Amino acid sequence: MSETTIGGIAGRMPKFIRRADPAVLTAFACIVLLLFVGSLYSRSFLSPEYLLQQLKVASFLGVIATGMMLVILLGQIDLSVPWSVAAGAMMACAAAAYGPLGVALAIPFGILCGVAIGIVNGIGVAYLRIPSMIITLATNAVAQGLMVVYTGGFSPQDSATRAMRFLATGIAIPGVPNAVVIWALIGAAMVFVLTRTGFGRTVYGIGNRERAAYLSGIDTRRVVLIAFAVSGGLSAFGGVLLAGYASKAAQSMGDAYLLPSIAAVVLGGTSILGGRGSYLGTVAGVILITLLQSILSVMQMPEAGRQIIYGVVIVAMLLLYGRAPASR
Amino acid sequence: MKDWRYWLAEQRGTLLAFGIFIVMFTIYTSNHPAGFTANVVQTASNKGVLLAFVAMAQTLVVITAGIDLSVGMIFLLTNCLASWLVIGTGIETAFGVVAVLGTGLLCGAINGAIVIYGRLQPIVTTIATGAVYFGIALLLRPFPGGSVNEDLADALTGRLFGVVPASLVALLAVVLVVWVPFSRSVLGRAAYAAGSSEMAAYMSGVPIRRGKFAAYALAGLLAAIGGLFLTFFTYTGEAAYASGNAYTLFSIAAVVLGGVSLFGGKGSAIGAIFGALAFRTIGDLLFVFDFDPLWQPLFQGVILLIAVSLGAFALFRVRNRLEWFL
Repeated sequence: MSETTIGGIAGRMPKFIRRADPAVLTAFACIVLLLFVGSLYSRSFLSPEYLLQQLKVASFLGVIATGMMLVILLGQIDLSVPWSVAAGAMMACAAAAYGPLGVALAIPFGILCGVAIGIVNGIGVAYLRIPSMIITLATNAVAQGLMVVYTGGFSPQDSATRAMRFLATGIAIPGVPNAVVIWALIGAAMVFVLTRTGFGRTVYGIGNRERAAYLSGIDTRRVVLIAFAVSGGLSAFGGVLLAGYASKAAQSMGDAYLLPSIAAVVLGGTSILGGRGSYLGTVAGVILITLLQSILSVMQMPEAGRQIIYGVVIVAMLLLYGRAPASR
Repeated sequence: MKDWRYWLAEQRGTLLAFGIFIVMFTIYTSNHPAGFTANVVQTASNKGVLLAFVAMAQTLVVITAGIDLSVGMIFLLTNCLASWLVIGTGIETAFGVVAVLGTGLLCGAINGAIVIYGRLQPIVTTIATGAVYFGIALLLRPFPGGSVNEDLADALTGRLFGVVPASLVALLAVVLVVWVPFSRSVLGRAAYAAGSSEMAAYMSGVPIRRGKFAAYALAGLLAAIGGLFLTFFTYTGEAAYASGNAYTLFSIAAVVLGGVSLFGGKGSAIGAIFGALAFRTIGDLLFVFDFDPLWQPLFQGVILLIAVSLGAFALFRVRNRLEWFL
């Protein structure tokens, strides 16, 4: 009865809405709602400059969430984001202190450090079969330890290179900040990989049932390893961009990105159990989270209130459409 | 097999953790400048007991094949709350203690309700509720401060009869009052069964929902006891984000060292307690060997990494490669 009713209503809707994931639609509806609420608070909230600024801020989270999504699609999770971000930023800035060659290699070196963290995660998860939640927490702790030893417990004094600042704050195409362009490029690459390549299909396959993927002759362990390496690299790249944005690295710069990156992916309709989700949803999730943060700061909410609202909103939204099916 | 061999096989993880702790503690005290004195033991137990409570909390949830990434934040929240309430006359203090423990229980119950009845994943849920608890802690104590009933605090952090650390006695009391009855009750067995195989447990008519809910709620209570003790040790409340995260992380390390399976259904809180004490002692080894304290986070991280990698040895016993993929 109810199925036919839904089918009847959906049948009259345009094709792209019928095909869309309800979670993605809900996320976009929430974005519209947030924009409306924001415009009540401040007249300038809907101005193009402000929205473009929001998109720029969102692109840092977008880059990090892209890696997180790849890992979540596998049914795993990457909790090493905080110190992958910080390590990427710190190591890029540190490399910049070593003459012209260091300046030239700063960005690749930062990303490489993130990839290294990701590879350790990947080996632990894929080959040693340690639960991803645990091994990534452990590598996060080790990365933190290494960075504390390196910096002596203070924020490092090295500053970001000009290239990093250009990527994060410059404008190459008139009207579009570079950070947004970078996010768009990375996003496009991710969509291509997920939908048009064998690797992408494999990621969805493993997320659904790793046993079945393995029995179909896929080297599932290598795919998991690569996914974690990519996630680590993208986290570090996000850190490099953030360091460029703030023109230096800081001790706890990555802490603020763990919950948002997971929340963005999950709010975008990607199943936390893996195997289901689209990049469009992640884009919606990232924008949603960024707008939420921005509204809370426009309302001059103190840090405590922000944390509370943040957690409540995420749980509430997940309860709306992120629930696991009833087992009976 | 004889009964004692069953018992040995069941308690292997706990005994191993106990062994590691004894070895580490021997190394620690024999290299400590003051040696094995009541003072050294008191300081060590006061530090270790905090983590032991949080690790016990983590154990309860891990047994149900879940994870609670908000234990550290419940610990902070109750610490901040206790720095407001646990003060004044005897009755006021008693009321404060009850309120703090009740808050912890409520936090745990909220986690449990969302995970079990809301059917959300424990990881995401507890990260999000952890943010909420931290926010409330920050509301209570934007700056470190507050005070506590010092008579009670000194009584619980001092020594009984001049020898036995009171905090260890308190830990033992909590084990006897909370863990032992729980693990022997129907609910406790349901929690184990749910962690071992939820489907099979459900088919056998085990009250898995109530069991898991009780585990989450009691985890909140145990974290609150930890928060209360933190207040007794420091006399203040402080909402330090890094400290809450560290306790969550260390609780997982302690649970793993204590032989509790992260896949659920196996292990005991006693093991986790020894895991916690061992982890603390290993962290403190650096000090007695005069290393730069700057190396401590790295050292603890590496221990954690090694501890979790030890589980990989089980792979050698796997005959069918399909068993890699749970």
